[in-house]
Amino acid sequence: MLTILFDGIAYGMLLFILACGLTITLGLMNFINLAHGAFAMTGGYVTVVMMNRYGIAFYWCLPAAFLVSAALGAILERTLYRQLYQASHLDQVLFSVGLVFMSVAAADYIMGGQQQLIQLPPELSGRAEFFGVGIGRYRLFTIVICAALALALQLILAKTRFGSRLRAAVDDRRAAMGLGINVSAVFALTFAFGSGLAGLGGAMGAEILGLDPNFPLKFMIYFLIVVAVGGTSTVSGPFLAALLLGIADVAGKYYVPAIGPFVIYGLMIIMLILRPAGLFARGGR
Amino acid sequence: MSVITREDVAPVEDGQDDQARAMRLMRRRSRIRFFEFIIWPAAVAAIFLLPSKMLILTEIAILALFAVSLDLVLGFAGIVSLGHTAFFGIGAYTAGLFARHYFAEPVTGLLVAGVVSGILGFATSFLILRGSDLTRLMTTLGIALMLGEAANQMGWLTGGADGLSGFSLGPILGLFEFDLWGRNGYIYCLAVLFVTTMVARRIAFSPFGLALKAIKSNPTRAALVGVPARRRLVIAYTIAAVMAGFAGALLTQTTSFVSPDVLAFHRSADVLLILVIGGTGYLYGGIFGAIGFTLLKDWLSVVTPQYWMFWIGLLLVILVLVGRGRIARWIEYIPQRLTAAMGGKP
Repeated sequence: MLTILFDGIAYGMLLFILACGLTITLGLMNFINLAHGAFAMTGGYVTVVMMNRYGIAFYWCLPAAFLVSAALGAILERTLYRQLYQASHLDQVLFSVGLVFMSVAAADYIMGGQQQLIQLPPELSGRAEFFGVGIGRYRLFTIVICAALALALQLILAKTRFGSRLRAAVDDRRAAMGLGINVSAVFALTFAFGSGLAGLGGAMGAEILGLDPNFPLKFMIYFLIVVAVGGTSTVSGPFLAALLLGIADVAGKYYVPAIGPFVIYGLMIIMLILRPAGLFARGGR
Repeated sequence: MSVITREDVAPVEDGQDDQARAMRLMRRRSRIRFFEFIIWPAAVAAIFLLPSKMLILTEIAILALFAVSLDLVLGFAGIVSLGHTAFFGIGAYTAGLFARHYFAEPVTGLLVAGVVSGILGFATSFLILRGSDLTRLMTTLGIALMLGEAANQMGWLTGGADGLSGFSLGPILGLFEFDLWGRNGYIYCLAVLFVTTMVARRIAFSPFGLALKAIKSNPTRAALVGVPARRRLVIAYTIAAVMAGFAGALLTQTTSFVSPDVLAFHRSADVLLILVIGGTGYLYGGIFGAIGFTLLKDWLSVVTPQYWMFWIGLLLVILVLVGRGRIARWIEYIPQRLTAAMGGKP
């Protein structure tokens, strides 16, 4: 029971890291980016290639996955995404679905269609017993890292100058530009950072979520759920939403494997009907 | 009807004049375009000219019907749906199960599939009335995913991941047997496509369709001139669901097989792409798009059997970046050139 809860928390934390970049693009920039999973997949494959082909230690792969995905995100943002900020939602959906298809086929072409496996360092594999509760070491590691990242994100958004610029740009783009904030640069940086986080999540999740070319399609709905349920005005909203989703998904798969997915999708639809702005949205918007 | 009812409350002295103008406008909107004279005879001629291509033509007809139904939702009502394949899939499974357990005559199965799909469309239409594009997108996607999962899990009913097979269909209307070359199958699909498109055309270019477009471009103003937005959207969505159910049923009946693939996400994306290739908001976009898409996919799957998805994705990206409006307008462009060349008024 507690093990399931623990696994669910680890899973939820991963989902948060994967999805929080999307929170920004979707919620803050109002861009429906269904291709977010492609950045996560990039991070995952970077890790696989570095570890399995070049034998680089797992710990070095994580920052590398972040950097590569962030660079990819920055390039795509500068060249393609930014042209579509003002486009209709249909255009954005079509564009990002196109990107997803391209990434799926490209991953299949370069890496092959099989499930990719990574060998975790020995100190992270296996289980440990804490007070009679079996806890996967790697899951503990995931939780610690993700929690630290979530905390850091919250601090960056709330305390730093960049955070306040971003919030200003989001709340009122024109007023922020009038104050001399370089909104386009802020958005580009944020997009790249979000993509990088997705890449990091993909790298860490290769072990838990699995990694194959269909990754962006398989997890697209999960990312969207996190954003839609969590709302977009805070960091804590998506964080809680991701935790809930993770626990519900793991518990659902464990206790009622036959109807597990229904629970999630059903809850999502009910949620969207009752609270279209998100579960933890500020009132009055 | 909304235009007429609005005219009724207009000042009496202008009433007659306005009404005549409205009628003229409606008639102009619904006039038969030049390409309609080309596409249907060409489709019929294909029966005799391309006897070896019946299967791919059948596929085009089915996809076209599916895309036309999405055009009602997307091009007229302005609802971005990522789960339109829910109705396609439910139609496909209904037709399969009906043929297997009850009655093998295809037209009956088609109608039953349409009704079941329509009921689902009606029930789910209330979910898409509220919220932004994103909410609608996720709701439609969620419904399609749920159905896909259901088809996968309920193996006792649907055959699970292996798909539903082991049924054969009787002759159409008890007269025309499905032949090996798919000729009668194609004629059947074409007939259904023609009838359904004509009905959709009647709906789309009626005041009802105009009201839908009004809701699409500005819901608040549409409500102000007295368009009951909710009811219009529910009706349009239900009709589209029935049509998509027909398309799914046709696929089942011509292939005698249903796989869970009919509910997969890529089908919803494909049909969006078809509409984008053909252009939205004039119904025939679905048909032109289906022709273009199927030929392209056929060609690509010969050139790169495994990676055609990449090129489809690239096409989507390019289409959006170039501006899909500009590409879709080619169909209007040709007659404009023609009339301009002949010195007539456009």
